[in-house]
Amino acid sequence: MASSPAGTLYRGREGMWTWVLHRITGVLVFFFLFAHVIDTSMVRVSPSAYNTAVNTYKNPVVGLMEVGLVAAVLFHALNGIRVVLVDFWEKGPRYQRQMTYGVAGLWVVLMVPFAIRHLSHVFGG
Amino acid sequence: MSAPTIPSPRAPYKARRSGNFELNSWLFQRGSGLLLVVLVIGHLFVNLMVGRGIHAIDFAFVAGKWANPFWQVWDLAMLWLAELHGMNGLRTIINDYATRPHTRFLLKTLLYFSALVVIVLGTLVIFTFDPCADPSSTLSVCTK
Repeated sequence: MASSPAGTLYRGREGMWTWVLHRITGVLVFFFLFAHVIDTSMVRVSPSAYNTAVNTYKNPVVGLMEVGLVAAVLFHALNGIRVVLVDFWEKGPRYQRQMTYGVAGLWVVLMVPFAIRHLSHVFGG
Repeated sequence: MSAPTIPSPRAPYKARRSGNFELNSWLFQRGSGLLLVVLVIGHLFVNLMVGRGIHAIDFAFVAGKWANPFWQVWDLAMLWLAELHGMNGLRTIINDYATRPHTRFLLKTLLYFSALVVIVLGTLVIFTFDPCADPSSTLSVCTK
């Protein structure tokens, strides 16, 4: 079995897992965008067609999926800023791991109030 | 038939001109991404956090927003940037994982076709939207 010097493989640590998550969340949001443009286009059919389409989003099960969608969007946005900093900030590559924990921390700070507010809208009526 | 020419040994290597498409799309991905952070988080905040959140969204809500050119421009910019950003991201993913030429061609054709549909449909909807399509509308533009 061929061996390689330790610590040179780009796998298994923060840099790789954020990259994997960035791809997965990106694809997820892209497919949602397709659905979202179609449902919004119902405003050109009739007001009641749009209200029927948008009522789907008020269903409790779909409401939980919206928390997942916003979780994906926020991760993709925050990690995207990290990617830009790694690419353009001279100290970005050196601090990429610390920035990963910054992304995780900010994500929690934004997700907790959003989840509380959105879920109380969805389940509180 | 002419004899093949051999460049002089000291002639500098000239890369085949292929344009800067990949560099430009890489730059676009970062620029559009930063703009989308503002556009999308603003969109989520105004539509889901303010007031009654998701329960407030209906035809009248959309009419109230798109009666204002500010939100028309906001949503149009968001539509184009998000669709092109997502299309470019998926193009990269197809390039990375689809190895057979036929699969790549098929997936990219589907991708570009769907992106065209989304951009054309979305743009038409924003520009041809009639906020007064609801006869019981109380918007000031509809009660004049």
